Amino acid sequence: MKIHTRVLILIGSLLMLSAYFLPLWHILLDAPQYPEGLEMKIWLNGLSGSIQQINGLNHYIGMKFISVDDFKEFKILPFVFGALTLIGFAAAVAKSRKLLWAWFIGLCLFAIVGFGDFYVWEYNYGHNLNPHAAIKVEGMNYQPPLFGYKQLLNFTAGSLPDTGGILVGIGGLLAAAALFYKPQLSSNKTK
Amino acid sequence: MKFSPYNKLLVPVLALLAGSTISGCKPGKVGSAVDADAAQKVYVAPGKYDEVYAFLSGGFSGQVAAYGIPSGRLLKVIPVFSQNPENGYGYSEETKPMLNTSHGFVPWDDSHHPELSKTNGEDDGRWLFINGNNTPRIARINLATFKTVEILELPNIGGNHASPFCTENTEYVVGNTRFSEPLDNSNGDVPISSYKKNFKGAVSFVKVDKDKGSMNLAFQLIVPPFNYDLAHAGKGPSHDWIFFTCYNTEQANTLLEVNASQRDKDFIMAVNWKKAEELIAAGKGTKITAKYAHNVYDENTHTATSVIETGTQTLDVTKFPGLVYYLPCPKSPHGVDVTPDGEYMAASGKLAAVIPVFSFKKMLAAIDKKQYDGMIESVLPVLKYEAVLHGEVKKPGLGPLHTEFDGKGYAYTTMFVSSEVVKWKIDNLEIIDRIPSYYSPGHLSIVGGDSKKPFGKYLLSLNKITKDRYLPTGPELAQACQLIDITGNKMKLLLDFPTIGEPHYAQMIPAEKILKNQVKFFKLEDNKNAYVTKSEKDTKVVRKGNRIDVYMTAIRSHLAPDNIEGIKIGDEVYVHVTNLEQDWDVPHGFAIKGASNAELLIMPGETCTLKWVPGMVGIVPFYCTDFCSALHQEMQGYFRVSPAGSNVPIKFSIGENPVTQ
Repeated sequence: MKIHTRVLILIGSLLMLSAYFLPLWHILLDAPQYPEGLEMKIWLNGLSGSIQQINGLNHYIGMKFISVDDFKEFKILPFVFGALTLIGFAAAVAKSRKLLWAWFIGLCLFAIVGFGDFYVWEYNYGHNLNPHAAIKVEGMNYQPPLFGYKQLLNFTAGSLPDTGGILVGIGGLLAAAALFYKPQLSSNKTK
Repeated sequence: MKFSPYNKLLVPVLALLAGSTISGCKPGKVGSAVDADAAQKVYVAPGKYDEVYAFLSGGFSGQVAAYGIPSGRLLKVIPVFSQNPENGYGYSEETKPMLNTSHGFVPWDDSHHPELSKTNGEDDGRWLFINGNNTPRIARINLATFKTVEILELPNIGGNHASPFCTENTEYVVGNTRFSEPLDNSNGDVPISSYKKNFKGAVSFVKVDKDKGSMNLAFQLIVPPFNYDLAHAGKGPSHDWIFFTCYNTEQANTLLEVNASQRDKDFIMAVNWKKAEELIAAGKGTKITAKYAHNVYDENTHTATSVIETGTQTLDVTKFPGLVYYLPCPKSPHGVDVTPDGEYMAASGKLAAVIPVFSFKKMLAAIDKKQYDGMIESVLPVLKYEAVLHGEVKKPGLGPLHTEFDGKGYAYTTMFVSSEVVKWKIDNLEIIDRIPSYYSPGHLSIVGGDSKKPFGKYLLSLNKITKDRYLPTGPELAQACQLIDITGNKMKLLLDFPTIGEPHYAQMIPAEKILKNQVKFFKLEDNKNAYVTKSEKDTKVVRKGNRIDVYMTAIRSHLAPDNIEGIKIGDEVYVHVTNLEQDWDVPHGFAIKGASNAELLIMPGETCTLKWVPGMVGIVPFYCTDFCSALHQEMQGYFRVSPAGSNVPIKFSIGENPVTQ
């Protein structure tokens, strides 16, 4: 394993660690009455932000209250992600391409399962509305977007990666680079 | 009509007549000097903030109003000395004690002088003090919440007018008597004509806690029975001193408009407060009995308590040389204002033809050299006018009242009688410019204009007469002030805007000093109110004899409980409403049909209590009065009131909410 590959893996793994200190994702809500916006940040192990206000608003449309305790994911995620990151470090230390592959595939699976799970939650919150809600709009669901922006009644809802998510994403790209990128220029020069 | 030869004669004669009367023409009025760019300078686009907060006293309204400058938009009326049914101030059980005095509940006053707290002589944006002129009081408003949090009554004085001016670091705010009277603990049942013998003045020094802002009456100086009008503390070199204007040094007790206007000169009383403080610390004070209320609003319990204090300390100034000196000042002086560098005191004799400007340095020298011009009460030195004078501003106008400073070496003085603001230079006392006021300005205010570092830029002329300035509203017209641009050499009129009450005096401060401390809502977890209900499941109705306590919560969009039965005629019902919201700008209101006091306006995280004595058997609706949400009109409930002696049990409920379960 070339030195640059090991450096890429190492940097990638270090970036992954930011998931423990920084929020991964956030959901933004803007409305005429909320020019300052409401924000919910999603961390590896929980939620933060204006959850109380969002729940206060959600009761009008009969959406289930968002509560961290409902998400078993937050109890498991720190360990799963920690194990994955360890594999990354191990690949760099052991100079093992096998481990590198394992790390990369693990990350891909983590992303797919993660987004899938996120979508299911969003779908359930957005569709399973209490029939006794005060505000009922025929044919309307309140599922927030998976990525990007969507108009939900008076709110513009945005769903975007946060700092931690961006750093983890870059880490993932570095993992891919370590696996597939072969520097041409440097090898030409040495010849 | 036939052409008459006389017409030929008539024309030149008329021309001659016209020519001869030119010098006798009625003098033209000074044109209104509205700045050509005024509209642009005062336009604050929708959604944008003003640059400056202006706090205007409401005069006889007893309140304070906050405006944005330069737009002149009214932002909030802060209730201080008067009840305010709009939000329940002075009506709710929590705020009623704020208006307690030694005379009982006094729910009104005459508020004159707002004073921003100062640190190192600069406005720090923490608190605003204001005097109650009628029933002598000083109030403190917390500028993080714009709520009145403390009111201290002052004993021994009548008409707390020279108040609540503060020293350089808000060590003290002062109060002084406009109407001298016998001290409270003496026999006041004396002939009014025994004024000179039995009446006294009492200069009150109220200590302000450096961190909390809480006030206590530290001591009072017993001074001769003059009328004390205004005050300003020194700063920098004059830090230890405070200056009071006095009129009626004739000591008249009747028809003052004549009898108190006889002497050519009255006085500025210079008080060495530092020395007074030392004397008190050394135990030289005389403890006297006095009865005065001290009302404190606790920001954690959202509840005020009133304590009647029973004593204070005094110093008789005639017994302590060096405490008080008098500077002769022409004639019936009103304002005394200290320049930003603390070197000069500009006094305004309201019946004088000049503005005398005194030098602090010269005052100290005159004290050193004992350059006296007689004594008051045989022992209090009057300093020689010429010895303490920096100079006089000649022919400034008629009726000078108050002066503030721009920090660039200029002073601005209001002229009540000639209705104008006059700009003059402090060093050479030359008049630079004058601008008309509409009409008869009393105080004026420059941003930071009484502080060590004036911000300048804007000047407010606070007027006493409005006449034709606005659409008329019957005999009782709007009160108003004018905004003047003082950035250039010439003053420019920018805006005229109406105000609440009488805009007696104002203090202005750059907005950022206040903005940074703003509280958006109260944290529910920190609410220590004795009757707080922190969640809907804790709501209840409790009977104890004929007292009923309703522990109610408000959240968009219901009051809980909303069906209450078992109340009987003869009961006293205390409804304690806690607003459970924890977001910006979601107050809830609370009102009961037929309630004889007021409604409540409850801020997020706050608890307020309305006392209600039901008078009629039947169903009584209650509801939220602040349009809080899309379902605000659904935010309501019912009391059932049964006859006295009925056996309907206490029962309270709210329908199941399937959405929030």
